[in-house]
Amino acid sequence: MTYLAKPKIHHPSLPKNALGFTRRDYEGAISTLCAGCGHDSISAAIIQAFFELDVPPHRVAKLSGIGCSSKTPTYFLGNSHGFNSVHGRMPSVLTGAALANRDLIYLGVSGDGDSASIGLGQFAHSLRRGVNMVYIVENNGVYGLTKGQFSATADRGSKSKRGAINLDESIDLAMLALTLGATFVARGFSGDKAQLVPLIKAAVEHKGAALIDIVSPCVAFNNHAGSTKSYDYVREHNDAVNRLDFISTREEITADYAPGETRDVLLHDGGTIRLRKLNDDYDPTDKVGVTAFLEARRAAGEVVTGLLYLHPHSTDLHGALDTVAVPLNSLTDADLVPGEEALAAINAGLR
Amino acid sequence: MTPPSTALSRVNDFVVKFANVNGSGSASANGLFAKAILRMGVPVAARNIFPSNIQGLPTWFEVRVVEAGWRGRRGGVDMAVAMNPQTWDKDLAEVDAGGYVFYDSTRPLPPSKLRADVTPIGVPLTAICNAEYSDPRQRQLFKNIIYLGALSALLDIDPAEIEKLFGEQYKGKEALLDSNRKALKLGRDYALANFACPLPVRVQRSDKVGDRIFIDGNSAAALGCVYGGATVAAWYPITPSSSLAEAFASHCRKLRTDKATGKKRYAIVQAEDELASIGMVIGAAWNGARAFTATSGPGISLMQEFLGLAYFAEIPAVLFDVQRGSPSTGMPTRTQQADLLCCAYASHGDTKHVMLFPEDPKESFEFAAMAFDLADRLQTPIFVMLDLDIGMQDWLVDPFEWDDSRRMDRGKVMTATMLDAGRDFGRYLDVDGDGIPYRTYPGTHASKGGYFTRGTTKDRYAKYTEEGPAYVDNMQRLQRKFETAKEHVPAPAVQQGTKPAKSGVIWFGSTGAAMGESLAALEAEGIRLDRLRIRAFPFADAVAEFIHAHEHVFVVEQNRDAQMKSLLVNECGIDPAKLISILHYDGTPVTARYITREITEKARLFNVAPLRKVAP
Repeated sequence: MTYLAKPKIHHPSLPKNALGFTRRDYEGAISTLCAGCGHDSISAAIIQAFFELDVPPHRVAKLSGIGCSSKTPTYFLGNSHGFNSVHGRMPSVLTGAALANRDLIYLGVSGDGDSASIGLGQFAHSLRRGVNMVYIVENNGVYGLTKGQFSATADRGSKSKRGAINLDESIDLAMLALTLGATFVARGFSGDKAQLVPLIKAAVEHKGAALIDIVSPCVAFNNHAGSTKSYDYVREHNDAVNRLDFISTREEITADYAPGETRDVLLHDGGTIRLRKLNDDYDPTDKVGVTAFLEARRAAGEVVTGLLYLHPHSTDLHGALDTVAVPLNSLTDADLVPGEEALAAINAGLR
Repeated sequence: MTPPSTALSRVNDFVVKFANVNGSGSASANGLFAKAILRMGVPVAARNIFPSNIQGLPTWFEVRVVEAGWRGRRGGVDMAVAMNPQTWDKDLAEVDAGGYVFYDSTRPLPPSKLRADVTPIGVPLTAICNAEYSDPRQRQLFKNIIYLGALSALLDIDPAEIEKLFGEQYKGKEALLDSNRKALKLGRDYALANFACPLPVRVQRSDKVGDRIFIDGNSAAALGCVYGGATVAAWYPITPSSSLAEAFASHCRKLRTDKATGKKRYAIVQAEDELASIGMVIGAAWNGARAFTATSGPGISLMQEFLGLAYFAEIPAVLFDVQRGSPSTGMPTRTQQADLLCCAYASHGDTKHVMLFPEDPKESFEFAAMAFDLADRLQTPIFVMLDLDIGMQDWLVDPFEWDDSRRMDRGKVMTATMLDAGRDFGRYLDVDGDGIPYRTYPGTHASKGGYFTRGTTKDRYAKYTEEGPAYVDNMQRLQRKFETAKEHVPAPAVQQGTKPAKSGVIWFGSTGAAMGESLAALEAEGIRLDRLRIRAFPFADAVAEFIHAHEHVFVVEQNRDAQMKSLLVNECGIDPAKLISILHYDGTPVTARYITREITEKARLFNVAPLRKVAP
């Protein structure tokens, strides 16, 4: 992207959200990724989504692993605490953080190497535990920082920039997430911000594990003919099943669609997700149907995007563990330490 | 049956070793045996010696009845309760001359299977059971209670104490209570009718137990976690540490459930592996909760990368390493102190970690609670180094103590108020000169105090940098912080006369159980040693001073490679020749006899004490 630092002063006419913040308040440091990198578009979509959701930036914790994608949390939400952990292990760090304070929003940012190769185990277990988080995979099928090796999401038969053919089957993280019990599964394309922003907003408001697998072409190492993660390939093979408008409880439904074009999914907390149907037969709450549809489209070489699956009555890990309503990190000595008298009783029971 | 004239006569000072088959339900009867003796005011040191198996392999339970209160194994056996035919020969061979072997005499044993210098005590346990019970499971379980009954008569254990224990165990289950009483009586009656009870080896009521409690180190450490304010536990099952996490869950259910709502003031996750456990601990602690994991050597190996991150990014974490026989899978159900180097310098690059060495369950409780204060104060991982001997065995220790005025020390945390007051926040800025910077919890302030935590090199304000001077500045501060740690960790326990002895001895952890007894024996031989028990790493200056003040110092440890000695040489600049290793690493807890013999031999070589005749 640009290497010119932006001025600190905000233009007075910049639009503000309900909290009085401008979009600039949701930005971070200047990106050091390659010009044209799909990941920067995703960062822009994250900024837009949080701005539109009126979330105070410091109430978000952003966590990542290692790799190009994992560098991006520096480039958005500059006032939030961030944690660039170790390769493939963001999910466990995020899980622990979420256990400590249930009141923050947890945004995990990872890549295909980080999540599908070295970190597949943690990817899987964080989703099946239902950690309340938005888990974004910036998926480009290659290792960028080490210069173009295949990752585990590269399609079998696809060609690397150096001409090597990938011999291994690819891992479809969205389908895997579905199997593992993620309660919100979406796929986006970094080149389609209009689709991406509402997906991120809906994922933030979703209670439980929300995965967004975002195909994000690597302009340096995976944007050539023969790649199945290039801008051209994804544009040609993108099969969007729906367009989505996330409508939180406080918003009025104003968008106007012809009857039969939309489907509202009511959420347990009163919110609504309005889907503009692009495929008449697609029902994102029917897990069996979704699985069959994704399998069929994958066999046909299509990249299905949109909100693929949604469990409208999901719960999260705190619900499963039945923890107190306040953050565990706010509990005091009085809440936690049983004291002398209790200890005397324990001693008595050990004689 | 008349005992041979050499038969041992010992009151409140003998060893009984039960040989059983794993999964036969003997643990409960054996536990009652030990506890009934304790209730008679006579101290015991009990140890389970068990295989990595659920059913079928041999298992032993050794009870040392010891009025003198020694806590270690003595070595040798005075009575074998040989209930496992697979190990008969070995069990019989272990009995000291003049001792006894108690066995099931339902099928006669050929005389070749017995020893002339060991008195056989045969009770037809199977025959009694078969006559009394028809259900095979009952036959098995009550056989254990029947031998307990017979032993109570033979060793003069008050049956009323056993019945009282039944009452506590089966409160509200009258049927079980009655059937256990009946089985106990069957065994007692047989022994009273057929042997001259009690034997010359026997228990006599005393008052040496006092208000001491009987508990294992894992339970004690778990209770320490509750008192230390831990709210997040992430763990992966591994022997011998699993019972620590499980005990935490059980303590929390009782002590941390909100009375009004039934909700939990804690979160426990059984992770998918040790990498995830330590990752969760780091995430939770980064976010301001007190968090821990419990594991053993193989788990520590898996956690290495994360431990480097926690060191370098300065995140509090508490780890319990319940050490077992190693390397690799090693001896999962045997004890060792062989993870010292692996923990002290865990992870790649220049790293150093704080370790605490509790000597028993009492200190396990104290050090566990303290570890959370230390982790927050020092913002770094704290290893509490237990071992299987402390963790999984019941020990007789002084009761736990707590001072209600004590408060958690959350260390240097910058709050929103401090930020608003204009305090300069640099996550890695050494404001106080002790190497410890301030941290903020995520979500603290809308515009100040946010920072990026990373494993890459950063400057004092947490900005990414690969500049050499900034890197060196940070590494030197970390070194300074490690120096500061010396003032916060438990000081070594030193015992020396007004005039230093020529030689000293250093030990740590579970070795302490055998040490007191060994030192008493050495003194009786005329070998007087000054003593130092290491309780933490980094070493306080007093450790190096102690070594410098003596010509030779014995270092007793339970590993092959003298790992503590390596740490002493490396960290204190000690001449290796000054430190004489006494090493024991066969997986069994070191005994006083072993230490005494080794020190005696080596002391002679080094001429520690002039050879003089000791008055009888």
